[in-house]
Amino acid sequence: MGALQSSPGRPEYSDLAEKTGFSFEQIGVLHKRFKQLSHNEETLRRDNFNEINDLALNPIRTQIIEAFFDRRNFHQNGEGKVQEIGFEEFVVVMSHFRPPSAHMTEEQRGKTRREKLRFLFNMHDTDNDGIITLEEYRHVVEELLSRSGTLEKETAKCIADAAMLEVASISVGHMEPDEFYEGITFEHFLKLLERFEIESKMTIRFLNMDTTTLCK
Amino acid sequence: MILILLHGSRGEIPSKPIAATILPTVKPNDGVQTYAEDQKNNLPVFTMNYPRIQIPFEITLWVLLASFAKIGFHVYHKITIWVPESCLLISIGLIVGAIMHSVHEEPPAVLTSNVFFLYMLPLIVLESGYFMPTRPFFENIGTVFWFAVVGTLWNSIGIGISLFAICQIPAFGVQDINLQENLLFSAIISAVDPVAVLNVFEDVSVNEQLYIVVFGECLFNDAVTVVLYNMFSFVAEMPVVEPVDVFIGVARFFIVGLGGMAFGILFGFVAAFTTRFTSKVREIEPLFVFMYSYLAYLVAELFAISSIMAIITCALTMKYYVEENVSQRSCTTIRHVIKMLASISETLIFFFLGVVTITTDHEWNWGYILFTLLFAFVWRGLGILVLTQIINPFRTIPFNMKDQFGLAYGGLRGAVSFALAFTLPDTIGRKQLFVTATIAVILFTVFLQGISIRPLIEFINVRRTNRNLETINVEIHCRLMEHTMAGIEDLCGQWSRFYWKDKFMKFNNRILRKILIRDSRAESSIVALYKKLELQNAMEILDTASGDISAAPSIVSLSYTKCRKKFLAADLRNIHDILSKNMYKIRERTVAYRGKHALPNDSQTREILIRRHATIRRSLRPRSFQSSNVPRTHKYFSLPAGKSLESRFDAPARSSSSKAMIPLHRLGTLEEVPSTDVLNEESSSTGEGVFRTNSSYSDSRVPHPRRLNSSFDDNNSSVDDLRNVHEEDGAEQVGQRQPASPAPGWAAEPRETTARNPLLRRPQWNPKKK
Repeated sequence: MGALQSSPGRPEYSDLAEKTGFSFEQIGVLHKRFKQLSHNEETLRRDNFNEINDLALNPIRTQIIEAFFDRRNFHQNGEGKVQEIGFEEFVVVMSHFRPPSAHMTEEQRGKTRREKLRFLFNMHDTDNDGIITLEEYRHVVEELLSRSGTLEKETAKCIADAAMLEVASISVGHMEPDEFYEGITFEHFLKLLERFEIESKMTIRFLNMDTTTLCK
Repeated sequence: MILILLHGSRGEIPSKPIAATILPTVKPNDGVQTYAEDQKNNLPVFTMNYPRIQIPFEITLWVLLASFAKIGFHVYHKITIWVPESCLLISIGLIVGAIMHSVHEEPPAVLTSNVFFLYMLPLIVLESGYFMPTRPFFENIGTVFWFAVVGTLWNSIGIGISLFAICQIPAFGVQDINLQENLLFSAIISAVDPVAVLNVFEDVSVNEQLYIVVFGECLFNDAVTVVLYNMFSFVAEMPVVEPVDVFIGVARFFIVGLGGMAFGILFGFVAAFTTRFTSKVREIEPLFVFMYSYLAYLVAELFAISSIMAIITCALTMKYYVEENVSQRSCTTIRHVIKMLASISETLIFFFLGVVTITTDHEWNWGYILFTLLFAFVWRGLGILVLTQIINPFRTIPFNMKDQFGLAYGGLRGAVSFALAFTLPDTIGRKQLFVTATIAVILFTVFLQGISIRPLIEFINVRRTNRNLETINVEIHCRLMEHTMAGIEDLCGQWSRFYWKDKFMKFNNRILRKILIRDSRAESSIVALYKKLELQNAMEILDTASGDISAAPSIVSLSYTKCRKKFLAADLRNIHDILSKNMYKIRERTVAYRGKHALPNDSQTREILIRRHATIRRSLRPRSFQSSNVPRTHKYFSLPAGKSLESRFDAPARSSSSKAMIPLHRLGTLEEVPSTDVLNEESSSTGEGVFRTNSSYSDSRVPHPRRLNSSFDDNNSSVDDLRNVHEEDGAEQVGQRQPASPAPGWAAEPRETTARNPLLRRPQWNPKKK
């Protein structure tokens, strides 16, 4: 592990590695990236993210950026947003995207899955009340569709409505006519996506390569 | 059989006396036109000229016979569960071959290698390429190519060398086969053709990765095998092999593969571009698909590059753009015809395999053949093991042992091996032995492995996958994930598959679509799915009207029945079961919005929806919602589509139906009571008057079945006609349930069913069709 000699703050790394499951090299790579994004400062702010060109074209960039500043993703049971994050939080958020290692037990796999789905859920649930309401869902759908040209808001609304109805039916089953469906709770969300192979979809292969030369 | 028919027909020839003569004009002679010598200049009333039609006639009869066999299998449907169709076909072929052999008749000489490679194989490959599920394919493309190329190489070289080693043993008497010939033979038998296995995989719904790897491997290793075969047959004729030849071989391999792909993409784009202009000549639209792919195949054959790769890439490229350009009917036609042709082709091949098995002269050599079998098995197993170990670290979901077993055991041999064996040059001394060995391997693998794979797969419980993913939510989340991943990758500064996919999609949207698609409005897949589901919803009402109503007494009240108004989720399941009897399929990407496509009458669609929603509402009314202002959208209603949605999708000139301007409100106002009744009364007598009565709907307007309407072009707006048309186009649509009403029970359906694809046999990742 020759690369370690050059990376500063090694004890910090082992702490992080424990916490997030990344390897030392991966943390090193992420650190480099962090420093590059933050222009060698200690913390990242939203503006730093806004500078990334490729991200600008992404329809849900706001959500993605917000996800980094959302305390709920820091695994510390916090809530609300922060204005700036340090390297540790950066890595913790990134750890949501780690591929499942081959030696996981069923339990660990389930836990990882929950974590990833929780991340997604937090992306939807912007007001932190633990429920995705129709408005929030609509917002997501609108954002998603905002790139595909000439859609009206109405279509997005319809789609979001349809989706909510679906969720309602799956989670709650038959509803009495006077009942409302409050919104998607995390449990419903889990149930909705239980067949969704999120482990394969939500992973990034954090290759151990020197990325500083590749980005802009 | 031909003779039998001939004999039969002869007996039926009436002998008609002509006015001036008493002699019959036809003598029973091989059907050749005859006159009695002393009959001069008399007009023959009845003649027969068999040789003229002989070849097409025989071909037709063979095709018919094979198709009858296929019909026969499904009489007792359990047979096809346990015995794959290819086995059955081969067995029938064997029987027919035995019959023919006993009457000393020769099999038709039409099955030459040319016929196979120029006519039959392209059809099969086109079907595979066209119906390949693209998303999983591209996600697993590395693995697929890895197994196809390296795996096939491994197999052929391994088997070849081991067989050569066996040949050295004097006891088997095959010492005259040299290394090149062995390699040639092993190239032939390493071509995997898991048709039977794919059917089983689909029925059992094994996990997607396994399926797509087996499927892709089969497709692409045909290409590799043909290349190897050509290479080795060239080499086999050379007395000495130099190392430089090996390098040339490798170079040639790359040229062949990449060249094939290049040709395919080129032709695909040309085809897509052509279809951009075919809006006036709808009838020949399907032709372009076939002609261009076939052209790609032939041109690749011309340059001796991999024609299979060419046709596959052509189909892949073409499909996406063509399906947006052509009409719904053309699309259905294309799919149907591809399926039909491929099915015939495959049926014929297996059938002939059976026939030829009996009728050729075999040279049997116990040692060689048994060892061939053994090595084929062993090397495949080893190959899969080793290759999986190497590639697993690169995969997101690694293959476990069970998957590997499925992969290895699913390595059946089939049509391509058979054809290649027959095209062996005669200069090879032991050609008959090779042919026999190939047939033996094919029969063995198809029968033994084909029959046993299903119980085995179920026994070892290979990881399954859920295929009911065609719901809005999942689609939304898929897209969300993709964007998120692309974003995160940008953040990390890493270039991985999402990045490339994103880049490609941007390129696609910005450039390609503008060129190749007639009206290139970039449409999100979410919207496409949504439209499709709504369309299915719309068709559902016709379905329930024309379907088997009596079987579901507690069905949601329809216009034509007086059932009780209440409905439950369970009823919907019943309905769905009924509906699933009529299985329809509509296109995956529904509508390419064509601004200038004049719809003669789109009111029918609205009528469908209105009626449907009316019935739903009627059933709900006793318990309907009290208030029309919803506190903060906690309530979910049927999907309100605003005016804008309608005018969006209406052709601007279409304001003839001013109904388009009906303002739509949320469900729940009691005012609707009279209107729906009026609606229902009128619905049986149809007509456009329906629309006038309705002042408020919270319909989800169908966003837009232009497709639907274009197929209704020549119908007037009566419900009966609608129903008729619907039945005609029955093959096109899938009845499916979707939430369009407040009651959540409705929404339960999409989870349970998906668009069933009766048309798609192997490649489509779909639940049980048929």
